[in-house]
Amino acid sequence: MSLLELNDVKVHFPIKRGVFFDRTVGHVYAVDGISLKVEAGETYGLVGESGCGKTTLGRAVLRLVDITSGEVVLDGTDLASLPDKEMRSMRRRLQMVFQDPLGSLNPRQNIESILSEGMAAHGIGANQEERREKIRAILAKVGLPSNALSRYPHEFSGGQRQRIGIARALVLEPDVIICDEPVSALDVSIQAQVVNLLDELQEELGLTYVVIAHDLAVVRHISDVIGVMYLGSLVEEAPSDSLYAEPKHPYTKALMSAVPIPDPVVEEARERILLTGDLPSPANPPSGCRFHTRCPWAQPKCKEERPQLREVGDGHRVACHFVEDIESGVLQIGTDRAAVVPAARTEDAGIEAAAAKAAEAAEAAEDKAVEEKSASVEATDSEAAETDSTESAKDSTAQGA
Amino acid sequence: MSELESEVGRSSVPGPRTGAAGTAGTSAALEGEVFLSVRDLRIHFDTDDGLVRSVDGISFDVRRGRTLGIVGESGSGKSVTSLGIMGLHRSHSARISGEVWLDDDELIASSEDFVRRQRGRKMAMIFQDPLSALHPYFTVGAQITEAYRVHHPVSKKIAKARALDMLDRVGIPEPAKRYSGYPHEFSGGMRQRVMIAMALVNNPELLIADEPTTALDVTVQAQILDLIRDLQKEFGSAVIVITHDLGVVAEIADDLLVMYAGRCVERGTAEQVFEAPQHPYTWGLLGSMPRIDRDQTERLIPVRGTPPSLINVPAGCAFHPRCPHADVPQDDKTRTLRPELREVGSGHFTACHLAQEERTRIWTEEVEPKL
Repeated sequence: MSLLELNDVKVHFPIKRGVFFDRTVGHVYAVDGISLKVEAGETYGLVGESGCGKTTLGRAVLRLVDITSGEVVLDGTDLASLPDKEMRSMRRRLQMVFQDPLGSLNPRQNIESILSEGMAAHGIGANQEERREKIRAILAKVGLPSNALSRYPHEFSGGQRQRIGIARALVLEPDVIICDEPVSALDVSIQAQVVNLLDELQEELGLTYVVIAHDLAVVRHISDVIGVMYLGSLVEEAPSDSLYAEPKHPYTKALMSAVPIPDPVVEEARERILLTGDLPSPANPPSGCRFHTRCPWAQPKCKEERPQLREVGDGHRVACHFVEDIESGVLQIGTDRAAVVPAARTEDAGIEAAAAKAAEAAEAAEDKAVEEKSASVEATDSEAAETDSTESAKDSTAQGA
Repeated sequence: MSELESEVGRSSVPGPRTGAAGTAGTSAALEGEVFLSVRDLRIHFDTDDGLVRSVDGISFDVRRGRTLGIVGESGSGKSVTSLGIMGLHRSHSARISGEVWLDDDELIASSEDFVRRQRGRKMAMIFQDPLSALHPYFTVGAQITEAYRVHHPVSKKIAKARALDMLDRVGIPEPAKRYSGYPHEFSGGMRQRVMIAMALVNNPELLIADEPTTALDVTVQAQILDLIRDLQKEFGSAVIVITHDLGVVAEIADDLLVMYAGRCVERGTAEQVFEAPQHPYTWGLLGSMPRIDRDQTERLIPVRGTPPSLINVPAGCAFHPRCPHADVPQDDKTRTLRPELREVGSGHFTACHLAQEERTRIWTEEVEPKL
């Protein structure tokens, strides 16, 4: 059995409207039906562009956001249905390393206090002295001097702060560590140090990671299995090397081909698939395959029917109706494209409709912003994504015109 | 290139180069000619903690139709350099010395008014974060039109036509509608396009892009880099791209300058630097970057330690505390003497005390096989 299993997890955020009555006028489908398995001792990498729901998914696993439906099974226990109190004690086994190390460390607490707080809460170590010993050992493991104990977060450099964040997760001896963009705030030379540290710790302690990142090169380097997300769902999942050697889903292909390689010779020869437009709004996702509005291979069927993740050989799962046809070359870029986005292609009526729709989406986003100021980060994300929809709708109309 | 070789001789360079540099706009005839020439630029800031040497003596040329990539980590002085060229540091506590030749004019010693008239018209900048660089209270159309009318005494109508044309050219769909939109209504990629439209509205001959794609997703990054390249081809302008991402540089730059602690440690064409990098710091950068086209290797080869504080730049070679080869030269000069840029190949310079043979040996035997 896998250590961590997600079954059809959905996280939908309601969009509320109205001054006196909180009418729910729609939902932001941040995570929309994701199933995956993380094996003990391996690293699962989640990649996708901003607004695809990868961070929300990570937070949902820890129940830092409410799960709308689905199961998160850790070692046989379904976390989604666990009472709050029991969930709290389960969190010892699931820890998170956050993106912004300075923002996630309390500036008024010294390192000892930051690290021992979680231990005390979970009853690790009989007294402070014992905890301090343990913290010293962990600090040495993550490469921090032991005199760090009495210092404060601002006294450390960015890379060191991320080490503190990792130490904070480690002191609780978790089974799974969820790393949300663990290195994206760091300089290149420091990034490599932290990536290596994560590797070493995994080897030494047998940790299981879920790494969420937008940097495909970093994810490839540290992951065993990679899942690619687009608009709240997984479009492709495969062992790291085979995903990069042979991306099968059109979105993965485009994503891979967009990453520049630090070598002008390779760069020159690289074939690229340029996507047009932006990510559609997760509040109003396209029908059928979520990617059909931007897919260069889109067919009429893609608009009608939502493809499910299916096995296509050697642990490769893809959610695309036409993987085989694209692979064999039966389907070429642009075949039947006109039939897929007719509204955008034909005349002014289409443009008007798209523009009206986009304006509506923008309005909804604004309303929501006023009302949900205190809501979580995801809400803001989705709002930004909604504004994006204005773009993409217009983008596609312009292509048509 | 002749002045470049003699650049060690500090500000003795007599200024504009080829005599033919007229005021004519960009044309194919001028392509390849040096348009921006920076000589021994130093930008220091007085702070309560001490003197911050953000930029400490760098020199380079940018030619029309070519792209110079400036690479370095945060705090290496790359952004300060670009702001210095644009003359955006003068009113602060900055101490600036050196020379910045833009076409035929030296900017550091010029009046603020003169520099302001150049800014936007002859040289323009694309900032990293378009949301904070665009004014939230004004429509994007108004902001682009303003940029145009500052330098061209034309009616609002003509300026608007020009702005619409620019929006169209940078690939914004339905420019007429988007003209009256506010920055917050645009997505990240579209905002960056607006910034580019604003920068290019006056046909500048020098475009400085400071981390133009850092805030964007990879697929959008690809779109924006494509756009910058296409527009450069069209206008034949000189471009400086500042980034920490060697991949971006490999994709877009013709020439490369690697900065460390406010100094230039290596400079050459992109092919030279990527094929035979000379400075241990450049090796470190290449080793630190995971590459998407490589199988999972054992470990990355990070640069040890952290970048130095610019108040307390290490004596001698600024990189020596982090350099794995600092002990190779027998004498003590890595710790006491600041290395000057030396030419190691035609137009390829590095500032390192290692002897040439030694460096080639380390690169081919120790570093390259591991990359």
